[in-house]
Amino acid sequence: MTAQSVPDPVDEAAVAAAVERAVAAIAAAGDLEGLKAARIAHTGEKSPLALANRAIGSLPKESKAAAGKIVGGARGRVNKAIAERQAVLEAENDARILVEETVDVTAAPRRRRAGARHPLSTLQDRVSDIFVGMGWEIAEGPEVESEWFNFDALNFKPDHPAREMQDTFFVEPPEAHLLLRTHTSPVQVRSMLEREVPIYVLCPGKVFRTDELDATHTPVFHQFEGLAIDKGLSMADLRGTLEHFARQMFGEEAQIRLRPNFFPFTEPSAELDIWHPGAKGGPRWIEWGGCGMVNPNVLRAAGIDPEEYSGFAFGMGIERTLMFRNEVADMHDMIEGDVRFSEHFGMEI
Amino acid sequence: MRIPLSWLREYTQLPAGARAEDLMADLVKVGLEEEAVHRPADSISGPVVVGQVLSLVKEPQSNGKTINWCQVRVVPEGQEQTLTGKGIDPSGVQGIVCGAHNFAEGDKVVVTLPGATLPGGFHISARKTYGHVSAGMIASARELGIGEDHDGIIVLSRLGLDPELGTDALALFGLDDEAAEINVTPDRSYCFSIRGIAREYSHSTGTPFTDPATLVTAPSAPEGGYGVVLDDAAPIYNVPGCTRFVARIVRGVDPTRPTPQWMVSRLRLAGVRSISLPVDVSNYVMFELGQPTHCYDLAKLDGDIVVRRAAPGETLETLDGKVRTLDAEDLLITDASGPIGIAGVMGGASTECSDTTTDILIEAANFDPVGIARSRRRHKLPSEASKRFERGVDWHVASVAAQRVVDLLVDLGGGTADDAGTDVGTAPEPARIHLPSGFVAERIGMDFSDELIVRSLGELGADVEPEGEGLRVTPPSWRNDLETKEDLSEEVARLVGYDKIPATLPVAPPGRGYTRAQQQRRRLVQALADAGLTEVLAYPFVSQTANETFGTAEAGAPRPAVRLANPLSEEHGWLRTSILPGLIDTAKRNHGRGFRDLALFEAGLVFLPQDGALGTSSIPPLGARPEEDVLDALYDGLPHQPLHIGAVLTGKDSPEAPNHAPRAWDWADAIDIARLAGEVLGVEIVVSQGAHQAFHPGRAAQLSLRSGETVGYAGELHPKLLAELDMPARSVAVELDADALFAAAADVVVAKHISTFPLATQDVALVVDAGVPADAVKDALREGAGELLEDVSLFDVYTGAGIDEGKKSLAFGLRFRAGDRTLTADEASEARAGAVALAAERFGAVQR
Repeated sequence: MTAQSVPDPVDEAAVAAAVERAVAAIAAAGDLEGLKAARIAHTGEKSPLALANRAIGSLPKESKAAAGKIVGGARGRVNKAIAERQAVLEAENDARILVEETVDVTAAPRRRRAGARHPLSTLQDRVSDIFVGMGWEIAEGPEVESEWFNFDALNFKPDHPAREMQDTFFVEPPEAHLLLRTHTSPVQVRSMLEREVPIYVLCPGKVFRTDELDATHTPVFHQFEGLAIDKGLSMADLRGTLEHFARQMFGEEAQIRLRPNFFPFTEPSAELDIWHPGAKGGPRWIEWGGCGMVNPNVLRAAGIDPEEYSGFAFGMGIERTLMFRNEVADMHDMIEGDVRFSEHFGMEI
Repeated sequence: MRIPLSWLREYTQLPAGARAEDLMADLVKVGLEEEAVHRPADSISGPVVVGQVLSLVKEPQSNGKTINWCQVRVVPEGQEQTLTGKGIDPSGVQGIVCGAHNFAEGDKVVVTLPGATLPGGFHISARKTYGHVSAGMIASARELGIGEDHDGIIVLSRLGLDPELGTDALALFGLDDEAAEINVTPDRSYCFSIRGIAREYSHSTGTPFTDPATLVTAPSAPEGGYGVVLDDAAPIYNVPGCTRFVARIVRGVDPTRPTPQWMVSRLRLAGVRSISLPVDVSNYVMFELGQPTHCYDLAKLDGDIVVRRAAPGETLETLDGKVRTLDAEDLLITDASGPIGIAGVMGGASTECSDTTTDILIEAANFDPVGIARSRRRHKLPSEASKRFERGVDWHVASVAAQRVVDLLVDLGGGTADDAGTDVGTAPEPARIHLPSGFVAERIGMDFSDELIVRSLGELGADVEPEGEGLRVTPPSWRNDLETKEDLSEEVARLVGYDKIPATLPVAPPGRGYTRAQQQRRRLVQALADAGLTEVLAYPFVSQTANETFGTAEAGAPRPAVRLANPLSEEHGWLRTSILPGLIDTAKRNHGRGFRDLALFEAGLVFLPQDGALGTSSIPPLGARPEEDVLDALYDGLPHQPLHIGAVLTGKDSPEAPNHAPRAWDWADAIDIARLAGEVLGVEIVVSQGAHQAFHPGRAAQLSLRSGETVGYAGELHPKLLAELDMPARSVAVELDADALFAAAADVVVAKHISTFPLATQDVALVVDAGVPADAVKDALREGAGELLEDVSLFDVYTGAGIDEGKKSLAFGLRFRAGDRTLTADEASEARAGAVALAAERFGAVQR
C-alpha cells in the first residue's frame, strides 16, 4: 500500500510524489467512470492527500502554515488535473453519443404527403394569369345554359347546319331550350350584357359535346375563350394579342398562323395554328383553336352598336393545349383521375 | 368533299405532276381544311394490263372444282413483250389458271402480271397450281378494289370497252387518279362542287380557271314541257319551299348501256358507287356543279308534278324501300298518284328509274334550306343532295345542271332530248351590300387599295359598282353566305392572304384582377392540394340512384335533378347534385389500379333545380338584344349551379416506412378538411352531430355557418353504402357548398388586440351525459368564462372507471389573459367558476 501511504504533510517531496501518483491515475482514466474512481482514490476522504490534510491539525503550531500551503497546493493541482481530464472525457463522450445516434437519412419516411392539382386546372390558372397580367378580367358562367346564349345570341341561325357542328347535350325536356354549353362563348354574351364597353375578358371553363371518350375526344372538356370589345379593334389586334399570349405561354420563339375558317359568331373567322418547335416527331404547325372578329349580330344580341364598336374573340382547348405542350398521348389520362397523372405534375405544369 | 384531281384539272391549271397533298396545301390557304388523301395507287400497282383469252381449257379437279387453263395474250398481235421480269413471258402470251367461268375465248380481260400488287398487299407472282405454272391472274372488280363483284372476272366488252391489248388497265379504270378530301365549312355550300373548288383553287394560286357552268348551253326559257305546279301553302319563315323547278325529258335512253369508266372512277373517288347510267349522270352533275338533280321514270309519272307540303297522314315509300310517315311541314314532290319524293331529301320508289327505263324526266330544283334541313333531321335521311340544299344551292345553276344531265344522257345513253322543257319559279333578289370606303382596312387592320378590293371581289364573281363613299357589291348567286360588309372584309382578307395581316397589341383598360370569389376558389383548391389531397376532375354525369343517395340528407326525400335528353349512357343520364359520386368512382378506379391510400378532392359545379319550371318555352330571335323581362326569364330558367368542393379519403394518410406509423384516415379527417376549408377562407365552420343517408349514422357531421345555414356534411360513409359501392370500409368523405363559404367570408378582418400580459392556465374536467356534444360544452365554457378567456380547448375525453355508465368526462384547458393587467389567481379562478357554472346549468355538467 505504498501508493496509498499517507505522506507527511511537511515533507514536500512526499506530498509531491502523492500528487504525481494522483495526476498519473487521472491521466490514465479512460472514461468518466475511471476518472470518478481516480478522483475518489486521490481526493476522497480516505485519499492520502485528504488524510495528509487532516494530519495538519495535529502538527505543532509553527509547522501548520507551511504544511497547509504544501498540502493545499497539492490538492489544487490534483483537482485541476481532474477538471481538465473531466472536460476531455466529457467531450469524447458527447462525440461518441452523436456518432452512435447516426441514422440513415436516405431512409427518412414521407410523413407529409404532397398533394397535387389537376394539370388542367393548373394550366387554366396559368392562362388566366397571363391575361389578368394584360389587364383582362376573368368571366365565368353556368354550365347548364339557355339555348339562346349558346347558339342564337352567337348568330347560329335556327336550322342552319352550323348548329350541328357542335354535338350538343340537351336537357330534358328539349322544349325547355336548355343544354350543356358546347363552348364558353355564352359567357362572352353574358359579359357583353353585364359589362360596360370596353370589355376585355377571358372565359375559361368546362364545356360539353356528345363525343364518346377516346384517345383524342372527351364529352367533357375545358376551353378558354377571349373577347375584346372596343372602338376600332381589328384583325391585326387579334393577331397581336394571340402572338403576345403564345409567347407568354411557349416562349419568345413562338409563332402563330391564321387560316380562313367559318364560325357563325365571327366574321372574318380564322383557324389558329401554333408553331411547336419541340413537337414530338419534329417542329410543326399545330391546330390550336379558332378566332375572328365578332360578328355584328353577336354585338346586336348584347345591345352593342356594331357601327360604333368592334371586337375580336378566340378560343382554345385546354386539353388540347396540355396534350401538345406537355406531351400527353392519351385523353384517358386526363379524365380518369388516376392519381399518378396529377401527382406527377404536382403543383407545376 | 372529295376532289378527284383529273376532274379538277379539266377546269383549272392544276400542274400535271400535282398530288393530292399539293392541292390540299393550296386549298387550306383559302380556308378549305385538309381531311384525307384517297390514292388507289397506294394499294395497287402494275403491271396490270388488258389481255385477250386465246384459249380456255376446262380441267375438272379431284376436289370437284373445275379450273380453266387459259392462254392470254397481253401484247398486241405481232408485237413483242416489252415488259420484263420474273414470270413475264417474252412471247406476250401468259399461261394463267382461272377459277371463274363467266368468260370465254376471245374475251378481253384484265390481267395482273407477275410483279403486280393488289389491294390488301396481295403480290402477284408465277406459281405452280393445279399442275400448271400460273403466271398472273385474270382479275375481278373486287380484286382491283373497284367494286364488290367477285363472282366473276371483268369482261371488258360488257363495260363497253374494247381497248388495245397491253393497255395499262390501272389508267383504264382511273386507278392512277387520286382525290383530295377537304372539310367544307357550313357557310360554303358551293365548295361541295368541282365548280366551286376550281374557283377556290384559282383564288389560292392566281391561275385562271373555267367555270364549268359556262360550258353548257341551256335554253333560257323553255316552254311546253311537263306540267309542274309550285303550290306551297305553308312556307317556313315566309320563304317558299321551292323557288325553282326545272324539268327536262330525254327519251329513248338505252338502259343497257354501261356508265363509262372515266365517270365510274371519278364517282368512286368522290365517294359514291356506280348504280346505273341515269343515277350516275345525276350524281356526276351534282358533284360537278353542286346542283342535285333527280331522274324519274317518265312512264311511271301520273299527271302534273305538284310541289306542296304534306297532308296529314300521307306516307311515302322512299328509294331505300322504307315507308315513311310524312309531316305536314315536309315539302313533297307529288303527282296525281300522291307523293313521289321528299323534296331535296330522297325520291320515292314508285317513280324510280329501273333497268327497263327508257324515257326519263329530269328534275333540277331549288329548295329552301331550312325546310330541307328539318325534313332531313326528321326522317334521319342525310344525303349528298340534302347536304347541298340545306346549305343553299346556286339558284341560277338549276337549268344548267338539267341541261348537263340531258347532254350526258344523250351522249352516253343514246337518248333524244325533248325540245320542250319546264322552268318555273322566281329568282331571289340578290343581296346588295354597301361596302364603305376604308371599312375593310379598318376591320382587318391593314391597308388595301380600292383597286385591290375591287379586283378581289371581282374574282369572287361579285358585281362591284361605285356607290356613294364606297362600293355597291352584288355577290354572285352561288355565294348565299355573303350578306354583310363584314363578310366581304373576310373575302378580301382571304384572297390577299391571312398571313399578310400585321400584328398590333391593343392595350386593355386597367383591369380589376381576379374577383374575390375567383381568389377564394383558387386559395381553397390550392389549400386542399397543399394539405396532401389530389385534385381530380370527374364527369358530372351520374345515375339517378347516385343523386338520390348523395344529393339529399334524408332517405327517400325528393331530389330534383337535371336529366339529359340525349345522354351518352342512359344509366348516367343525370347531372350531379353532389360532387361525391364522381369522387367515389375515381377512388374505385385508382383502387382497382393498386392505389389503396387515397385522398382525392374535386371542385366543380352541381346542378340543383329549384322550384318552378326549368328553361323557357321559347327563345328570342338572334341579332337583337332581348327585352329585360325576356332576359330575366332566360336567367331564371336555369337550375341553381353552385360550386361544391368535396373529398373522399380511403386507406392511410401515408405509406408504411421505417420510423413511421401511418394512420388510417378516419371520420375526423373529413371534418378536419372542412375546418381547413373554413380556415383558409376565414369562415367559421360549425360542426354538429349530423344525419345524412350516405353517412354512418353515428359518424356524420353536419357543417354549418354561424348563421345556421347548412353548408355540407363530413364523416365516415355509411358502411352499407360502402359495401354496395364496393368501396373499402371506413372510407370517409366531405362535401361543402363552396359558394356559400365564399359569400360568408368577412370583407374586412378586424384586428385583434394582442395582450403581452402573462397567461393564466386552468384545467377543468366535466362529467356530462355521453350524448352531449363536446363542442356545445366548450361553447358554454367560453360564454360562461367571459372576456378574460383567451382560449379553450378539449384535450381529453374519458369514460370508464370512476365515471358512471352513460356519462363521459371532458377535460378542457382554459387560458386566461387580460388586456390591461396581470391576472391574479383569484380572478382566473372566478372566471373558471363562471365557465363551469354555465356548463352545469346547460348540460348538468359536474366537475370531477
